[in-house]
Amino acid sequence: MSLEPSDKYTDSALRVGERDTYPERLVGEFIGTVVANEWVNAEYKHMILAVHERALGAYAGQFFHLLCPSPDGAEVWMRRPMSIYRVDRAGSRLEFLYKCEGRGTRGMAMLGPGDEFNLAGPLGKGFRLEPGWKNIVVLGRGVGLATLAPLSQLAAEAGVGVTAILSARKPEVVMSRDLFAGLGARTEVVLDSDGTSAVDNVEAILERLIAEKRADAFFTCGSSRLLKLMQRIAKKHAIPGQVAIEQIMVCGFGACYVCVRTFEIDGVKTLKRVCRDGPVFNLQEAVGW
Amino acid sequence: MVDLSVRIGDITLQNPVTPASGAFSWEYNDVIDLNRLGGLVAKTICREPRLGNPTPRMAETEAGIIQSIGLPGKGIEYFIDHIVPEYAKFKPPLIVSVSSESIEDFAALARELSVPDVDVIEANISCPTRNSTGGNFAMHEDHTKKVIDAIRAATNKPLWVKLSPNAGDIVSIAQAAEEAGADALVIANTFLSLKIRTDNFRPALGNKFGGLVSPALKPIVLRMVYQVAKVVKIPVIGIGGVTKAEDVVEYMLAGASAVGIGYAGFRNPTALVTIIEDLEAWCDARGIKKVTELIGAIRDDDMETDTLVAASVGV
Repeated sequence: MSLEPSDKYTDSALRVGERDTYPERLVGEFIGTVVANEWVNAEYKHMILAVHERALGAYAGQFFHLLCPSPDGAEVWMRRPMSIYRVDRAGSRLEFLYKCEGRGTRGMAMLGPGDEFNLAGPLGKGFRLEPGWKNIVVLGRGVGLATLAPLSQLAAEAGVGVTAILSARKPEVVMSRDLFAGLGARTEVVLDSDGTSAVDNVEAILERLIAEKRADAFFTCGSSRLLKLMQRIAKKHAIPGQVAIEQIMVCGFGACYVCVRTFEIDGVKTLKRVCRDGPVFNLQEAVGW
Repeated sequence: MVDLSVRIGDITLQNPVTPASGAFSWEYNDVIDLNRLGGLVAKTICREPRLGNPTPRMAETEAGIIQSIGLPGKGIEYFIDHIVPEYAKFKPPLIVSVSSESIEDFAALARELSVPDVDVIEANISCPTRNSTGGNFAMHEDHTKKVIDAIRAATNKPLWVKLSPNAGDIVSIAQAAEEAGADALVIANTFLSLKIRTDNFRPALGNKFGGLVSPALKPIVLRMVYQVAKVVKIPVIGIGGVTKAEDVVEYMLAGASAVGIGYAGFRNPTALVTIIEDLEAWCDARGIKKVTELIGAIRDDDMETDTLVAASVGV
């Protein structure tokens, strides 16, 4: 047997089609195979992975912890948490939509069809839809829209109507409009470039949706400013809500306490772990960042 | 098939692979079978509930990560009532890491933690971001002696002492801990480190300093384990940069009876089980019947023991 230092520690992961050594575990470490990894605009890429069937148990709002290759020859030490963009159970595919920004995502961007990619998950607590909700509003900005996309899939499957407000700097980087629309969501695009993404205008849109009875619950991700707006409007009209939150992460299992964020519950501030207590939290408890 | 079990004082570990404190919790049972591990090591507990340090708590460097967590936890009462029972569901012995800023409180905590489901008390006297009289007792022999004397008098549980790699002379500190009644030495905690951002001239961590976690620690800590194991009679547990079965072998050859793993489990959540399986295969392939045969089996009897002397006389 070979125990080469350079490759040993990824050998524990399950490859596509490989026998599952620990089938009773909730979470696994898998090696997926890249099917496609294409640019969707100048900043974002869309990765499609063929994965072991146990990785397909992921649901909206959960994430995988990705062992990204190096973009520059130096090691990328820790995994990068990334929420799922789409789960295709029939095709055994997992999809991620990501902004190529840091060293992890730049390394991920270098992968091409046929390359192997180690991922651990699914991890965390995702979005929940309450039985009484008939229409929901999702409000996302930037890569936060990727996190909200599977929620729309979930809602569509449950017969819940979705209005998606997509916020972006300029028209070229609006993402997922087709995905949301394809799932039957009504989409509204707001932009920095024409001023429509201003808080006053988004507030007016939310008030209109409430008046039209299209807002049984609020969901948001990707902007502290939009989080605060949604909290204010939700409180005013007693609308329940959820927010997906990001943080630098190490273990992903709740052990290391690196990924904490501040929350305020009944007037008391506390820290919660994004990986284990979230990444989806009660809209009103998040403090913002 | 090789017998992987090792003895640490009165405690038997089914294999020499344990997680490092702070890098592990029972929640890893989601991904690996905790009953496979040599021991279960809980995150360091303090008396009062603590939120921990400001974020960011981790930053990547060229040679590993630095992190400063600040010992968050819900306090000792919650720990005994709610966390210990979570670990008690599994078979491997539970090693409870504990820290305090005062000698008196440290001893009192050890006494209160001496409950049936706790198998070992690991005195974390080396949290790198505490000062030498306020929790980081392992920076000095006399502070180490005093705090371990007090803890030893307070509990009959097996007592492991976690030492600091930041001390000038770890051998003297190890001897002080042994003299005070430690049953085993855990070598070592993380290396105190700093990263400064060049974009805004600010420290990268919210707590300024952090501990280095990296495979780069292995050769340095291995040297410390070797030096300490030569002079103490109690078992040594090596922690620093173990990522594969050969690293466990290397630590055992240097004199360790077991290892702790942090970094590798962060990077690959299934790593500990893989390392145990690989260690078994490594021993079987070489006809090693008991893994304990490896402890201190480094072949260096024919070499100069004082490397400084050897260097000065030339070759």
